[in-house]
Amino acid sequence: MITRTKIGCFRNGLFPLWITGATLLLFSCDKTKETPEPIDKEPTPVSWKKPDHFPDPVYDLSRNPLTEEGIELGRFLFYDGILSRTNKIGCGTCHQPQVAFTHHGHELSHGVDDLLGTRNAPSTQNLAWSPVFFWDGGVHDLDFVPFNPIANPVEMDETVPNILDKLRASPHNGSGTKVDYPNMFKKAFGTEEINTERMMKALSQFMMTMVSATSQYDFYLMGDQSALNPLEKEGMLLFEQKCSSCHSGVLQTDHSFRNNGLMPLRINDQGRFNVSTRTEDKYKFKVPSLRNVGVTNPYMHDGRYHTLEEVLDHYSRNIAHFYHSGSEAVETLDPLLANPANPGIPMTQDEKKAIIAFLHTLTDEIFNSNPQLKDPGVGNAF
Amino acid sequence: MFVAACLLISCKKNDNPTPTESGSLRIEFDNVVGDENLVLNAKTYRNAAGEEFTVSKLDYFVSNFVLYDDKGNSFTIPQDSSYFLIREDEKSSQYVTLNQIPFADYVAVEFMVGVDSARSASPIEKRKGVLDPGENPSHHGMYWSWNAGYIFLKLEGSSDAATSANGKFSYHIGLYGGYHEPTVNNTRVVRVEFGHDKATVSSTKVPLVHLFADVLKIFDGPGTQLKISEINSIAAERAQEAAQVADNYAQMFTYDHTH
Repeated sequence: MITRTKIGCFRNGLFPLWITGATLLLFSCDKTKETPEPIDKEPTPVSWKKPDHFPDPVYDLSRNPLTEEGIELGRFLFYDGILSRTNKIGCGTCHQPQVAFTHHGHELSHGVDDLLGTRNAPSTQNLAWSPVFFWDGGVHDLDFVPFNPIANPVEMDETVPNILDKLRASPHNGSGTKVDYPNMFKKAFGTEEINTERMMKALSQFMMTMVSATSQYDFYLMGDQSALNPLEKEGMLLFEQKCSSCHSGVLQTDHSFRNNGLMPLRINDQGRFNVSTRTEDKYKFKVPSLRNVGVTNPYMHDGRYHTLEEVLDHYSRNIAHFYHSGSEAVETLDPLLANPANPGIPMTQDEKKAIIAFLHTLTDEIFNSNPQLKDPGVGNAF
Repeated sequence: MFVAACLLISCKKNDNPTPTESGSLRIEFDNVVGDENLVLNAKTYRNAAGEEFTVSKLDYFVSNFVLYDDKGNSFTIPQDSSYFLIREDEKSSQYVTLNQIPFADYVAVEFMVGVDSARSASPIEKRKGVLDPGENPSHHGMYWSWNAGYIFLKLEGSSDAATSANGKFSYHIGLYGGYHEPTVNNTRVVRVEFGHDKATVSSTKVPLVHLFADVLKIFDGPGTQLKISEINSIAAERAQEAAQVADNYAQMFTYDHTH
């Protein structure tokens, strides 16, 4: 799944192995193709292999084996605005590949009719390892993730039944798309039938290929000592001391929900509590992975911080103010941040510099520029 | 682990003997309000708190049917054929047909109001028919996409007692018990006896068991006396109130007669 033209970027000749198989046809539904596809061709299997230094995936691939055609269908569905009421907002509108599938520069994202959401668009990278989705963990299975933004009135404001009807009517006028989806479904699944399961599994197949595992940090983990400079290595050690209780493991998350001391904003978003209705979950949000964190600002569930410096200042300084604010939200502040003598995470300016240097080594340029993850020409990004 | 436990229960092998002779049994879910028939958007009714209201929508899932015969045997309907969405605005949905029922004289039925925890957490290929959130449930608004799960029962209407801006009330009861961590579980199992009657399934008879589902019991029962003036909206975030209403509607089904 990695473009062959980028081979020069791999250090020590380490080549990502999580996906093997023939290169995807980038324009498989281009009707002007000179050589016609054989009729009823079986979908071409793609074997997904986890990066060696990653844990086993959570997503059960045996239920949804990847194929070239399934991934390609998923890629079209991911970017096509047909998933929205206005036929303009695709998944890729707020999850843009060049910034690790986030909405760079947007504290909150605007969906249909420029309506604003209430939370910062999280990354859709490395979801193969996620046991739970969204800032509040309201969905627990990747195949059910798309229902949420589709139904949200300020995101896509559409219904899945309506999308299925549009897909079935494509590529005719009025369907909202020029893509011949019945043909793409046939290539991916054997028949032209378009149903919920196929649509969601194709989207999951494409999302399973969004594996970011080729950052400088990864090369370091895979044995290249020169991949990190001395400051970055110092930052890594500080990160392990000060941050990795929550941002743990190779994905920098323990997938838990925690209150990290953010003063609630005007809408008083109570996060995980809204889903679990348990008092102890008030103001808790999912600990995000920090992969590609250097290119995915703004930060936090509401996008309130624009730089990594601000984020570290939050932990070293702002939490103390929050702790003494008398806010109801203090009650569920994470115990790791609630040392009464010194709330937050003590860090010197030099330590912050080193940590930020390390965080930038999580940027995966190979992933962020992978042409096989990009919009095939059906979406809108703004 | 929580779901795993549920899965274990639901995956239990059906120990019914393979029926050599089997037929069908039908159940009508006849929605009423006290001793009146339910008519959407037309009639005005009065709940136990004395509040007048009209009903614009009443939809609910019934599932996991078990029949009991007069010899003490039970027959569990194969689970994949045991999910139904009853909708007041679609007459045909109110007739549930259970097939491959062993010939016997049945005296009681048991079913769940809602969708069991295991199926609520099952992979997408197990969500077919009325459980397909891209078809029926979503189409009829019986699925929460943001807190993934089915809405078990939905009652909507208008009342002068409602404090909402538009005078409407809506009670959406769901929550199957949580996926990773236990939360409120509002699935309810209901058992309805057929009194002295028997529903005889034979090669010549497909009995129709006529049940009443009384909207007034949604407002008033062992769980709570629901006042529209106090609560005009329940959804996923009012888990405790939802549980009380579920306790109420678990008592809403009564047997009338069998054809």
